[in-house]
Amino acid sequence: MINGTRRLGGLAIAAMMFAAACSSAGTSPTPAGSAPVAATGVTCVTGSVTAAGSTALQPLVDAAAKQYVKACSGSTITVNGGGSGTGLSQVAQGSIQIGNSDVTAASKLSTPDANSLVDHIVARQGWIVVTNKKVTGVTNLTTQQNIDVWTGRVTNWKAVGGPDLPIVLIFRPSSSGTRSTFKKLVLGGATEATGGQTLTEDSNGAVTTAITKTDGAVSVIGFAYYNDPANKSLLNGLQLDGVDATVANVSNASYKLAADGHMYTKGQPSGLTAAFLGYMLGADVQGTLIPSLSYGPIAK
Amino acid sequence: MAQVTTANRIGSLRAAPGLLERIDLPRRVVFLAATSMIGIVALLLTFITWQGLQLFLKDGVSIGQVLSPTWQPDSTSGTPNFGVLPFIAGTVFVTGVALLISTPLSVGLALFLSEVAPAWARAIVQPALEIFVGIPSVVWGWLGLTILVPFLSDTFHQKIAISLPFVGEVFSMPGFLTGFSWLAGSLVLSVMILPTITSVSYDAFRAVPQELRTGSLALGTTRWQTIRHILLPAAMSGVLTAVVLGMTRAAGEALAVQMVIGNSPTLPAAITQPVTTLTSQITLDMGNTVFGEPWQDALWTMSLVLLIISVTSVMLVRLINKRRMGS
Repeated sequence: MINGTRRLGGLAIAAMMFAAACSSAGTSPTPAGSAPVAATGVTCVTGSVTAAGSTALQPLVDAAAKQYVKACSGSTITVNGGGSGTGLSQVAQGSIQIGNSDVTAASKLSTPDANSLVDHIVARQGWIVVTNKKVTGVTNLTTQQNIDVWTGRVTNWKAVGGPDLPIVLIFRPSSSGTRSTFKKLVLGGATEATGGQTLTEDSNGAVTTAITKTDGAVSVIGFAYYNDPANKSLLNGLQLDGVDATVANVSNASYKLAADGHMYTKGQPSGLTAAFLGYMLGADVQGTLIPSLSYGPIAK
Repeated sequence: MAQVTTANRIGSLRAAPGLLERIDLPRRVVFLAATSMIGIVALLLTFITWQGLQLFLKDGVSIGQVLSPTWQPDSTSGTPNFGVLPFIAGTVFVTGVALLISTPLSVGLALFLSEVAPAWARAIVQPALEIFVGIPSVVWGWLGLTILVPFLSDTFHQKIAISLPFVGEVFSMPGFLTGFSWLAGSLVLSVMILPTITSVSYDAFRAVPQELRTGSLALGTTRWQTIRHILLPAAMSGVLTAVVLGMTRAAGEALAVQMVIGNSPTLPAAITQPVTTLTSQITLDMGNTVFGEPWQDALWTMSLVLLIISVTSVMLVRLINKRRMGS
């Protein structure tokens, strides 16, 4: 009975995943390229691999997968979103080969499930506090100011050197990796405000839309989304404790709102999975792709 | 059994029955279709009920806690508390106001189509309604997000108050700090359920026998008196069915609502404030939680609540129709 329920659960999650992926256009199957290119440092293995999970890490994994299959014909790598929780539970169940996550497996899964997974840290990812364009004169928030703003102790931009404008907090859902990372690293675990001046939006895209439409709005988004030319002109990016939100400052650890991007496998990887993870850690991705997408390379 | 025997006898008079006749394929196919449909519904009900009860059975959360107003599922900020009342209330509030807006409009439109409109007007309005039904919910949500949300926050940003001379302020509520609000959700939903309520009520009015209309008019009543005293009472059960169907559609809508309500997991103080609904919260959290953890169990409990709403609605519609048959 327990076994049966579990399997049903897996099916249901897979179905939900599929629906979520379709609705947010998160599925991006990458077909094998026709012309094999002998790129340097690429170990080609044929086969088919599916990765899913974190939407913060998705742009990077997706771009790397496209490059890999272009270099290696006969391999197919599909990269889905779905959220860190989905990535972790699906890789633990064995329904996908790689689970992408912003947070560690131990923080989400039960201990036996978490212990069955092997962690591959592939990048550093940074987040930036952004505001609506009408919030003029605020270019920096200290950690303490962020705590005051996000817990609702301060409700007007006037109090932190801005215009006389109510603060509207735009959260990601409390289950999201972005939100829990921000809460841990900046708010020190303090409980966020709730109520009429708070909104919750599902994705980086929805957050960006809500900020542009709401006077006095503030939120937190990934570097990759902030540096997208389509978004950058619509938002004010803030310093944190006087430190610029740049990849360089993430790499030298002076900017603290950053975390590892994890790719989990069930047990040690083999075949195409191992080759692709090796490619993620190789010079092509770490040296070229990662900086171009505003991620930080992993520490050597 | 008797039929089989008869069939066999007739068959034996002509020739031995063929294989296809003996297994009676069409009957089996139809039977299979019916049983598999029942089976799927039964499995679905069982699965959602079982998953929805895990929060109580496995995680030991009390019903009192689930009905409390505090949604704090995150164990990193202290003891989790799975109060889903804000979501149930949000669904009820947003759906309720949508029905208040949409029902008079839809029933009025149905009456116009069935009793007042000349043929050429009906020929325009009916296809227009069908197009309405076909517009995907994401488009309604997007329109709401692009037009309605900025409109509300720009136009009604200040406190909304009604003052009477001598008496002073009789009513006041905070303005739209942001346009993302309970009212925005209700307005989007009211447009979405308008064609559902209209078309089902229209059918109910058309089903009223013509003799009742002519009889009433022969007594010298005006058209309005006929509508009010004859048609509306006669079609009441059909109109109620239409409203319940509209309610089910509104309560189950996730995407369009999520885009405009702001998804703030607290009980709203006013119609100008952000709210959240059961469907919206499930979609927000399902990708980021893992199967079997209490947080996701709470989402399944919310699914169970939605299922109960939907089953109750179906029962209600059946009850209404039964009473109509009876009377």
